[in-house]
Amino acid sequence: MATMLQKFPSSVSTLNDYNALYPDWTQREVSTGTTIMAVEFDGGVVMGADSRTTTGAYIANRVTDKLTPIHERIFCCRSGSAADTQAIADAVTYQLGFHSIELDEAPLVQTAASLFRDMCYRYREELMAGIIVAGWDRRRGGQVYTVPVGGMMTRQPVSVGGSGSSYIYGFVDSNYKPAMSKEECLKFTAEALTLAMERDGSSGGVVRLAVISEQGVERQVILGNQLPKFSTV
Amino acid sequence: MATVSVCQYHRGGFSFENCKRNALLEADINKLGFSSPAARKTGTTICGVVYKDGVVLGADTRATEGMVVADKNCSKIHYISPNVYCCGAGTAADTEMTTQIISSNLELHSLSTGRLPRVATANRMLKQMLFRYQGYIGAALVLGGVDCTGPHLYSIYPHGSTDKLPYVTMGSGSLAAMAVFEDRYRPNMEEEEAKRLVRDAIAAGIFNDLGSGSNIDLCVITKGKVDYLRPHDVANKKGVREDKIYGRPVTGNYRYKHGTTGVLAKTVTPLNLEVVEENVQTMDTS
Repeated sequence: MATMLQKFPSSVSTLNDYNALYPDWTQREVSTGTTIMAVEFDGGVVMGADSRTTTGAYIANRVTDKLTPIHERIFCCRSGSAADTQAIADAVTYQLGFHSIELDEAPLVQTAASLFRDMCYRYREELMAGIIVAGWDRRRGGQVYTVPVGGMMTRQPVSVGGSGSSYIYGFVDSNYKPAMSKEECLKFTAEALTLAMERDGSSGGVVRLAVISEQGVERQVILGNQLPKFSTV
Repeated sequence: MATVSVCQYHRGGFSFENCKRNALLEADINKLGFSSPAARKTGTTICGVVYKDGVVLGADTRATEGMVVADKNCSKIHYISPNVYCCGAGTAADTEMTTQIISSNLELHSLSTGRLPRVATANRMLKQMLFRYQGYIGAALVLGGVDCTGPHLYSIYPHGSTDKLPYVTMGSGSLAAMAVFEDRYRPNMEEEEAKRLVRDAIAAGIFNDLGSGSNIDLCVITKGKVDYLRPHDVANKKGVREDKIYGRPVTGNYRYKHGTTGVLAKTVTPLNLEVVEENVQTMDTS
């Protein structure tokens, strides 16, 4: 009769009241509150994200880069627990790099998305990660795949994620038009992210954009004072 | 027939068998009005800044056990490798052991590659270990160093997420220190200005946060040189007690002059003792 390892609640570490000396955010997990977004266009994808990482009410990093390179022309947007998404991204980067060497050619975006999906689904109870995978490959051009919390994977022409996405579904649904140009996509993404950052407390900082196409990756940053302005109330 | 005993193989990782017992004990103790002893934490303010030639790391020196100061002058800047140092906040034992384990592994790795270790390598080892333990190792670290690719600074959280930034603060006093950084940080500072900035940031933590205190330790890492300044600044100097009063030493001297206490009565009772048994044991000096 083997003894089972007992499962116990993770809140046991907060049994003692440390409120006087140690504020809440010293014990809270770091989360990328976030608004992330990706749009397909003919010839590539445009990805965008805000730059805020929070521990409770404190902003741990106000210039985070949530657009993480997985391969030369495949990036992912991370939302959810910072530790979980960083660990998953590192693991998938390794697996995809190995796979690409075996194949001796650039990997498919769908392959990267599948690797994310496998990990997020297998460990769905332990992880808190919402990821958007986007990139360009030779077979299908620009693609956006979304892998939300729980481990589903689906391809979408435009995808938003993170806590701030709730505020911009209306804007995205009404303003998205199929067959937009690269510049239109950039403007669309920047505006959507700005609106979300304005309303969501867990999103903010700067807007980071990346355009992935056959030519490669172009990255840009839109600072706070350069964000598009909407009607001031 | 020989009896076969079942051997329970020790599986690696944490054993959570005593948690239920501990919870019951905790409840019992609380009912009596006492509180169970707390793990020693480094309340702490730690920070780091990248400047022109390298990295400056700073830390306070107070270790607390609940509301009591357990160590007034503990060292929170840990050695990782000759060119990489790491400040630790959180549970003192966790930061100490984690940095020692990674330092050890990094030395082996460095011998294997034949090169000076990189800061990014230490970062990856630390984040992967902390993620593996899902936040149960309470170590919040500021990792800094200079390697062949230049100066680097990382902040590492207990759950395993890391941020690579030009200036970072961690610990209960991090908000106070960050306020100083956000006000006065500039890219490409000179060494003296960077040291002054880190010193002021830690001082802000010491004076505005109850969990931080005592002295300020600094560690300046540049290419080929490490200045471990302990203490760099004694922010809270302990007062000196009066040494002599009327020419007689005061501190710890409990010998009083004959006649200080007046004698009222004196009784002498002789005790008659007989030698009952005498035992001589020779010492073996061979």
